[in-house]
Amino acid sequence: MKILVTIKRVEDYESKIKVKPDGTWIVTDGVNYRANPFDEIAVEEALRLRDANMPSEVIAVSVGSELSVNEIRSALAMGADKGILVKQAGWVDSDAVARCLQKVIEREKPDLVLMGKQAVDVDDNVTGQLLAEYLGWGQATFASKHESLESAEEKAKKPGVKLAADKASVEVIREIDGGLETLSVKLPAIVTVDLRLNVPRYASLPNIMKAKKKPVEELDPKALGVDVTPKVKVLKVEPPPARAAGIKVPDVAALVQKLHSDAKVI
Amino acid sequence: MATVLVIAEQVKGQLKKATFHALGAGRDLAKRLGGAELHVLVAGANLGEAAKQLAEYAGTVHVVDGAAFEHAVAETNALAAVAAAKATSASHVVLAATTWGKDLAPRIAARLGAGIASDVLALVGEGTVHFKRAMWAGNAVATVEVTTPIKVVTVRPTEFAPAEKAAAAGAVQAFAADAGAAKTKFVSFAEVKSARPELADARVVIAGGRGTKGDFKPIEALADTLGGAVGASRAVCDAGWQPNDLQVGQTGKVVAPQLYVAAGISGAIQHLAGMKGSKVIVAINKDPEAPIFQVADYGLVADLFKALPELTDAAAKLK
Repeated sequence: MKILVTIKRVEDYESKIKVKPDGTWIVTDGVNYRANPFDEIAVEEALRLRDANMPSEVIAVSVGSELSVNEIRSALAMGADKGILVKQAGWVDSDAVARCLQKVIEREKPDLVLMGKQAVDVDDNVTGQLLAEYLGWGQATFASKHESLESAEEKAKKPGVKLAADKASVEVIREIDGGLETLSVKLPAIVTVDLRLNVPRYASLPNIMKAKKKPVEELDPKALGVDVTPKVKVLKVEPPPARAAGIKVPDVAALVQKLHSDAKVI
Repeated sequence: MATVLVIAEQVKGQLKKATFHALGAGRDLAKRLGGAELHVLVAGANLGEAAKQLAEYAGTVHVVDGAAFEHAVAETNALAAVAAAKATSASHVVLAATTWGKDLAPRIAARLGAGIASDVLALVGEGTVHFKRAMWAGNAVATVEVTTPIKVVTVRPTEFAPAEKAAAAGAVQAFAADAGAAKTKFVSFAEVKSARPELADARVVIAGGRGTKGDFKPIEALADTLGGAVGASRAVCDAGWQPNDLQVGQTGKVVAPQLYVAAGISGAIQHLAGMKGSKVIVAINKDPEAPIFQVADYGLVADLFKALPELTDAAAKLK
């Protein structure tokens, strides 16, 4: 089984994000970068599927600046076999990313593509679905599982995405409004992953060393024939509206009085 | 004349509440475009009642009613939506940013060659309309322009008021759409049943975090006294203490009730992104330094196992 997994370099969600005074973007000086946490879950799932269905291979792909090679290396250190970087300096919209990935996929012909459901920088939640439609493939978004992350199944590192016995489809449990839905998707397919599919592994030191020797190929959007002109332009970035400062109340009686008489919500 | 096409969401012929918020956004958008027509598409099986109800809000209701659209997946629904967008010469296609809308909308955009603005918080301008949306877990709000002739928009239901009924009921028309041959098959749905209101629609939300140590009884008692929904932090759902669909946050549900009570929740950035829009926020936490106090209107430094039962008793007496 050939599995392609996408990995994006994003601002660390634990960094303090501030808007630039000129309103063009956020301040990036002093901000830490890391792999998109949803993509790490996708990498973990790819590795579990590979190990449960040998012989298989996992390719980690990123679209981004030359620094994104760091996030590809982190996927390789977790255990992915090789990397591909579609080198693109500066911001591009999710549609351009989807069309770059489409070209890579048409060349690599994977059986399954695993992606985070969204990147925690622009929070778009569209790239996987766009890609599925461009390829004419089936999709299962928000992959999850019935078992909790504390369960024995999770501790045994069992894949939550299940490959059918005939290896022609995968069964995916999706976290949707109101409950959990199960879909069966014919391969090749796009699966985007949600938080509770698995707990990603840490890379061990020997594996970090080994990852440095794994191959990473560089590609260029232009050479792939992709026009990255955005369909969605960011005109302005602002800080969110601030909430008025609140007060501390000494006890429950004071709280009830405030909620009943002032705020009138109970 | 421009047309705004809203794609309605339904389950077993019952319209989802979020659809009325999408219709509210669609109506506002049509007005800003200088009086565009408002159309709505609903696809599924046994849609008689749903179509009649939608006609109270939109000029024309297009109904794709057939067994092939029962439990239809995004691939199938995208075919119907794209056919309707073309038939109505829609300039904008609008969906609610629910999990259903998020799954479907990008496929419609890709098929139409349209740009997509997702999880939109507000519309900006008249004539040419731009969109405000949250980025970096709500730490920044971007104004975006969709540059393609056709634009696909998903709107965050809590940020748009539900549509009011139109002066006159619109027309209901059958719409013939090809269901194609989907590569994806519906297998089953495990519903999480609850006697409480749905989290996303509730007027009151009582949420518990790690401080509950998994014991949600005091949370549930207060929620039931106030007729509210129960929410949870990510830590609680990850531990399997509460089902996933109760998670409030950037990666869970975004809520904006009249009253939000956070008990034993420290207030990680990603949780705040899911509830900062609430009208009144109460934080109850033993740790006076917890970040949740920075967004709370009323903060109480206390043990939730003592404070919540007291609050429940007091609230019951006020009824």
